[in-house]
Amino acid sequence: MTDKADVWQGTLALMILKTLETLGPLHGYGIARRIEQISGGVLSLNYGTVYPALLKLEQEGSIESEWGVSDNNRKAKYYKLTGAGRKQLEREARDWRQAQAILAKFLSATEPST
Amino acid sequence: MSSIWKSFRAARRRFAALFRLRKSEDEFAAELDSHLQLHIEDNLRAGMTLEAARRDALMKLGGVEQTKESYRDRHGLPVLENLLQDLRFALRVLLKNPGFTAVAVLTLALGIGANTALFSVVNGVLLNPLPYPQPGQLVSLYEKEPDAQEISVTYLNFLDWRKDTTTFASMASYRHDDFNLTGADKPERLRGEMVSAGLFPLLGVRPVIGRVFTSQDDRLGTSPVVLIGAGFWARKFASSPQILGKTITLNSTDYNIVGIIPASFRFDGSSDVYIPIAQWNYPAFLDRKMHMGMEVVGRLKPGIALAQARADMDQVARNLADAYPEADRDKGIALVPLKQDIVGDIQPFLFLLMGAVAFVLLIACANVANLLMVHASGRTREFAIRTALGATRARLVSQLLTESILLALTGGALGLLVAFWGTQAALSFLPETLPRAEEIGLDAHVLIFTLAVSLLAGILFGLAPSFKTLKSGENETLKEGGRGSSGASHRTQGVFVVVEMALAVVLLIGAGLMVRSLAWLWRVDPGFNPHNVLTFRLSLPAAMTQNPQALLAYFRELPEKLDAIPGVEASSAFAGDLPMSGDFGALPFWLEGQPKPPSDNDMNLTLWYSVEPEYFKAMQIPLLRGKLLSLEDNEHSQFVAVVDDAFARQYFGDRDPIGKRINLTFGFPQAEIIGVVGHVKHWGLDSDSTAALRAQLYFPIGPELIPNMGQSITVVVRTHVAPLALMGSIRHTIEQMNAEQVVYNEQTMDQAVSNSLGPRRFSMILLGIFALLALLLSSVGIYGVLAYLVGQRTHEIGTRMALGAQSQDILRLVLGEGAKMTLQGVVVGLVAALALSHLMSKMLYGVSSTDPLTFAGIAVVLALVALAACYVPARRATRVDPMTTLRCE
Repeated sequence: MTDKADVWQGTLALMILKTLETLGPLHGYGIARRIEQISGGVLSLNYGTVYPALLKLEQEGSIESEWGVSDNNRKAKYYKLTGAGRKQLEREARDWRQAQAILAKFLSATEPST
Repeated sequence: MSSIWKSFRAARRRFAALFRLRKSEDEFAAELDSHLQLHIEDNLRAGMTLEAARRDALMKLGGVEQTKESYRDRHGLPVLENLLQDLRFALRVLLKNPGFTAVAVLTLALGIGANTALFSVVNGVLLNPLPYPQPGQLVSLYEKEPDAQEISVTYLNFLDWRKDTTTFASMASYRHDDFNLTGADKPERLRGEMVSAGLFPLLGVRPVIGRVFTSQDDRLGTSPVVLIGAGFWARKFASSPQILGKTITLNSTDYNIVGIIPASFRFDGSSDVYIPIAQWNYPAFLDRKMHMGMEVVGRLKPGIALAQARADMDQVARNLADAYPEADRDKGIALVPLKQDIVGDIQPFLFLLMGAVAFVLLIACANVANLLMVHASGRTREFAIRTALGATRARLVSQLLTESILLALTGGALGLLVAFWGTQAALSFLPETLPRAEEIGLDAHVLIFTLAVSLLAGILFGLAPSFKTLKSGENETLKEGGRGSSGASHRTQGVFVVVEMALAVVLLIGAGLMVRSLAWLWRVDPGFNPHNVLTFRLSLPAAMTQNPQALLAYFRELPEKLDAIPGVEASSAFAGDLPMSGDFGALPFWLEGQPKPPSDNDMNLTLWYSVEPEYFKAMQIPLLRGKLLSLEDNEHSQFVAVVDDAFARQYFGDRDPIGKRINLTFGFPQAEIIGVVGHVKHWGLDSDSTAALRAQLYFPIGPELIPNMGQSITVVVRTHVAPLALMGSIRHTIEQMNAEQVVYNEQTMDQAVSNSLGPRRFSMILLGIFALLALLLSSVGIYGVLAYLVGQRTHEIGTRMALGAQSQDILRLVLGEGAKMTLQGVVVGLVAALALSHLMSKMLYGVSSTDPLTFAGIAVVLALVALAACYVPARRATRVDPMTTLRCE
C-alpha cells in the first residue's frame, strides 16, 4: 500500500457503521469527513461514494435516515444505526479482526523462510 | 438477520423505488446540495475564498452528476429502469409520428396477421393431436391390391383381421350410410354411421347418457338398437333424457334408443344416428369379395411400432390369401396412421402456403426496416448528441430495439384481430376443403406463435437501423451539419427494396402458376356438360325396394313426371357413383370368347353406371359410334350396354366394339355392346388422365340391379334455367308420387366439378391474396425509399435544375434509380423462383414449374407496378424549386 488506497464497498460500509456508532446520528458529509480524518489522509475518498453505500445500508435495514438541522442551522439528512445495524457492525468487526489476525499470523510465519 | 433475507429486502425496496424515482431523485439532489453547503462552509471557515471553497467541495465530492448516476444505479434496478425509460421514450417517439407509426403497425399487422391465420390452420389441422386418448396409437387399415392402395375393407376380412392380429389392442369398423327417418312428422334423411361395437371404447368416447353398444348388440338377429348424436337429440327431442328406451323408425325398422353420443364426436363427419354394423343383413356385405365402403381403425398395443404392426398384418393377409384364394389372393393390408389418413392430402398445400405467408412477413419486415431507417436518419443528430453526452452505443441500440419491438407487438396484437377475422372468413368461404376445420381456432399455441413471430420480426427489422446508427460516427454527423449521413444508408435501403421485390416476384410467380393451372383445368373438357345439370339423392321406401316390379315402374314414371316440370329438359335415374363425386363403382368382367378367369380378382375392371336412356341427353355425353340406350332396351329384351371411348380402345383397340359381348359379374347377365360414347373424366379434371381405372360401362336400370342397389338412387336433371331454382317444384312432384320419399344432397354438376378442385382453389385463392399483399407492400416499399431519396437530394436536384437540367432529366434521374432497384429485384426473384418453383410442381396442371410465360408476365407486371410507384416521387422531384433549395443553404 504505497499509494493512497481506494476504498471498496464492503470496507466502506463497515467504516460508515463504525462512524455512526461512535458519533451517533450524522449526515453524509460528516461521515465522509470523519472517515477521511480517521484514515489520516491515507485513503483517497471521493465524498460522493458514501452516498450509494449509505443507500445500500438503508435498503438493507442497517441504518435509517431523517431530515434534521445541523449545528449551524443547515438542513441535512441524518443517518443513524438501527438495531440490525448494530448487530451487523459487531459481526463484521469481529469477522474483520479474525481475518486480520489470521493474515497477520500467516504473514509473520512465512517471512523468515524467504 | 440472514444475508439472503437482507438482500431480498433490499431488492424489494429497490423495486419499489422504481415507482417513486422522481421523488427520490429530487430528495437526493437536496441531500447533495446540503452536503455541498456544509462542505463549502467548512472550507470558508478554513479560510478559502468562496470560489476555491466551492471548487474544492465539488472536487472532493467527485462530480455532482457522477454521484447522482452511481446513486441512481444503486437506487433502482438499472436494467428494468432503462427498459421502462426506453419504453416511455419509444412510446413518445411513436406517438409523435402518427403517420409513420400507423403505416408500420398496419404493415406488420397484415404480415403477422396473415401468418397467425395460416398458423392457426396448420396448428389445428396438422400439429394438434387428434382429440382422442393416445392418438398416436390409432391407425387406419385398408385392403390393398397390386394396383390399388387403400380400398375399403370387406366385413368378413375385418373379422379375421381382428381375430388374427397380435399387434393391435383393438380394431373397429365403420361405414357411412344415410337413413330414412319415418313415423315422426315429416320423413327425413339422417346421416348415419354403422359401427362395430368396439369403435367407441377404442376412441375413448363415452355416451352423454345411456350406454354405447356391447358385443351383444353387434350381431345379426338381435333386437335393433341405435345411438343418437347429441345434435340430433337436441334438434328432434329437445335433449330430453326420457328418450332412452324409446324407438325411432329408420328405413322402416324400429330401433330402440340406448344412448346419446356427445356432439364433440366427429369421426368421419358428425352423424345423427349410429347402429351396430353386424346387424346389417345385406347379402353383399357378407361377401368377402364385395367392397362396401367399410373402413377400419385400430389401436396399437402400447409400445408397438407401426413397422411391427405392418409385419403382423402382412402375415395376417398371407394367411387369408391361403384360406380364401378366390377373394384374397394378391390382397394386402395397408396401414396409415389415422392422423395422416385424415390430413395427409392437405399437408403439402398448407406447407406451401406457410412458406408463402412467411415471405409476406419478410417483405413487411423489410418495409418497416426501411421506414425505421428513414426515421432513424432523421434522428442521427439526436443520437449523435446523446452519444456525445455519454450514452453508450448499447444504450442507443437498446432504445431503437425497444421502439421496433413495441411496434412489432402492437402490430402483432392488431394482427391477431386480422387473423381472427381472416380465419373465420376463410373457413366460412371454403368449408368442405379442409379436414378437421372445426378444430381450428386461436389457442395458446397460436398466441405463443404470434408473440414469438412479433418479437422476432421486431428484432429483425430493428437491427438494421441499429447497425446503421452504430456505424455512423457521431462526430461526423455533427460535422455534417445535421443533413444526415448518406451513401451507406441508401445502399442498405436499396438492398431492402431489391429483396422485397425479389420475394414478391417469387410469390407472384407461385400464384401465377396456380392460376394458370386452374385456368388450364377449367378449360379441360370433362366429357360432359356440367352447366345446368342438377343432381340429388332420392331415398326409396322399403315397401318399394322389396317389390322389384314396382321399383322398375317407378323408375319409368319418374323421368316422365320430372320432364313435365317447366324448365326441365331431360332427366334420368342413376344408380352407381356420379362422376366427380370421389366415389366409384368397379365391376369385374371378361370378354366373350376369352376363358373365364378363375376369380373376380383376375378379371378386368370397369367403372359402371346404371342409367336410363335420357342420362346421355341430360349429361350431354356425345355418342361416337353405334346407338344409345333406348326405352326398348328393357327386361324383356337382350341386355345391352354402352361403353366409353377408353373402354373401346383398351379392350378392342382398332376393332369395332359394336355387337361384341362381355360377361359381367355381380349377377348381371352377358351384355351386348351397342354404342360407344365419349369418355367422362370420372376422377376429376386433374387426375382422370393418370387414373388406373378409366374404362366405363353404361347399362339400363333393370331387375338385375335391384340386389346391387342400396336404399336410395341418384337423379340427374338437365334444365333450361338455373338448376337449383327448380328444386321446389321437383320436391313437390316427388312428394305427390310418394309421400314417404326424401330428397337430399342436391347439388349442381358445376358445384361438383368445382369441389373436385377444392384444395387447388383454396391454395390458389390464398396464394393469390398473399402475392397481392406482397406486391402492394413492396410497391409501398419502393415508393417510400424513392420518396425519401428525393427528399434527401432536394438540394442536389435544385442545384442541377439551377444549372440547366430539364424536368425530364430529373424524372429520368429518379426513375432510373427506381428502375435499377426494380430490375435487380426482378432478376434475383426470377432466379429464386426458378430454384423454388419445382417444389410445387405436384400441384400444377398443364404448366411447367418454369413456365416462361408466367415468369415473363410476372416480371413485366411487377416492373410496371414498381415504376408506377416510383413515378409519384419522381414527379415531385421535378417540382423542386431551385431558388428555394439554394436559399436554404
